[in-house]
Amino acid sequence: MKKLGILLLTCLLAVGLVGCGEDNKNDSTSTDNTELSGKVSLDGSTSMEKFVNGLKEAMAEKYPNLLLEPQFTGSGTGIQSCIAGTADIGNSSRALKDEEKAQGLVENIVAIDGIAVVVDKDNTIGRVTKDQLIKIYTGQIKNWKEINGKDQKIVVIGREASSGTRGAFEEILDVEEKCQYAQELNETGAVMAAVAATPGAIGYVSLDNVDDSVIALQLDGVAPSEETVKDGTYALQRPFVMATKGSIEEQNEQVKAIFDFIDSEEGQEVIKAVGLVSPK
Amino acid sequence: MEKEVISIIANRKTKSMVEKVASIIFVCCAIVSIVAVISITGYMIISGTPAIFEVGLSDILFSNVWAPTASHPQFGILNIILTSIIGVFMAICIGVPIGVLTAVNLAEIASPKVKKIIKSAIELLAGIPSVVYGLLGILIINPLMYQLELLIFKDSTTHQFTGGSNLISAIIVLAIMILPTLINITETSLNAVPDDYRKSSLALGASQMQTIFRVVLPAAKNGIMSAIVLGVGRAIGEVMAILLVAGNSVNFPLPFNSVRFLTTGIVSEMGYASGTHREVLFTIGLVLFVFILVINLVLTYILKKGDENGK
Repeated sequence: MKKLGILLLTCLLAVGLVGCGEDNKNDSTSTDNTELSGKVSLDGSTSMEKFVNGLKEAMAEKYPNLLLEPQFTGSGTGIQSCIAGTADIGNSSRALKDEEKAQGLVENIVAIDGIAVVVDKDNTIGRVTKDQLIKIYTGQIKNWKEINGKDQKIVVIGREASSGTRGAFEEILDVEEKCQYAQELNETGAVMAAVAATPGAIGYVSLDNVDDSVIALQLDGVAPSEETVKDGTYALQRPFVMATKGSIEEQNEQVKAIFDFIDSEEGQEVIKAVGLVSPK
Repeated sequence: MEKEVISIIANRKTKSMVEKVASIIFVCCAIVSIVAVISITGYMIISGTPAIFEVGLSDILFSNVWAPTASHPQFGILNIILTSIIGVFMAICIGVPIGVLTAVNLAEIASPKVKKIIKSAIELLAGIPSVVYGLLGILIINPLMYQLELLIFKDSTTHQFTGGSNLISAIIVLAIMILPTLINITETSLNAVPDDYRKSSLALGASQMQTIFRVVLPAAKNGIMSAIVLGVGRAIGEVMAILLVAGNSVNFPLPFNSVRFLTTGIVSEMGYASGTHREVLFTIGLVLFVFILVINLVLTYILKKGDENGK
């Protein structure tokens, strides 16, 4: 009897736990978009996870019956599955290669990921070159005076492994697995605070996070801003591509709805909210 | 009329029913914590072991290369384990003398007025959220450490400057954080030492200090040991404070290196980790769990030995 009671209780608790796991269904259904239903599969870049999930959430409100099924396997895999037709959209956090375009893929740049290099307010350096930046982050330059700055040690601050910003930064500079960090912080805010508080510190953050507490360095003579990211002169950037097989007009209703949504005001909000620059 | 309904004494049947219901409620409450412990243990083992088979136990525990997102990922957590062990050990080394002597002061020497002030200070210390310790660490300890670092490694060409976020900062923060635990438990055990001991010692001509160090402290040995063990438990499980001050790069735990602890290792990478990387983070949790388990076993052993000595 006692055992049975315990068993029952355990089961009850287990059921309760499972119940917690279920998502609360969004019941704010806007009536005019309910007719569009179906599934769209997206596959690709892990860096785009935040953006795609943000998009998924925002779209769930407008199109309650349209289900986005994102997978995050990496840009290469995403592009391949889009070519193979197993995914409707291939997410890639790099520009498509020519041979990929030759296989019928169309490069739809939906957002741009810009990264600013920041130093503390008392730093006089103002600008770095890409080469100097690589040397700083790989530990070959340890003092600002080596690149005409003050006689001050460099404190190299970065993000934790598996952070999208770190992935992008290291990928663009081609320093993956070579960086020597003095501090690995797990939030953009923490990087900003540490850079602002530490004399001689250098760090990187998404472009939209830069504020007055730090100085954003010019890279190869180009100051980071939305404009320089858009026109491509600022080097620390990469496109977020949602590749489709054939142009958007050739896609089905559901896929078109996604791109329409991205172009809409709500879609642009999503891009901003996850710290990206709109290519428009 | 009403009295009949409420009274549990009036009616034998209601009385026995109330007894039964109450005992069932108590059993249920007891089961909650047992279920919690068993499910947590089970969950930790289930989610922590796949990575061990995938990566290999020795590649996780005895390798010091932590590169979870590299093209050939490596998941060696030796440096992280060593950091936790050394960090906690050093924090105990600093915290125990301060804590025990404070407790001696409270229990043996201080006047009631002083005692009241110290007591309330310690209570406040115990109540401060750990993230506040971390913030204070960033504001006070880190800049000081950076000055020290600049001084010591002025001419070094190989040292990587961390801006004061290093092992020492973490140790200092931890040492302060475990003080309340150490003081409270030590004081309780000192108070439990029979007054006859003190009186006999003093009557034999020993001074007060001699009495404290030769009679009272040895008599409270087991209590102090359990205070230390609980302090270790508190220190090893601490996250927020050291996340803010330790720098979080995986390095060998040298005093001025930026280091990562077991707890901060999990917290700092959980957000975006996926696949094997995520599973290894659970394995780190399992390692931490084993540490805590061992600490608890040691504590039980000490308490048991104390009981035997008492008899």
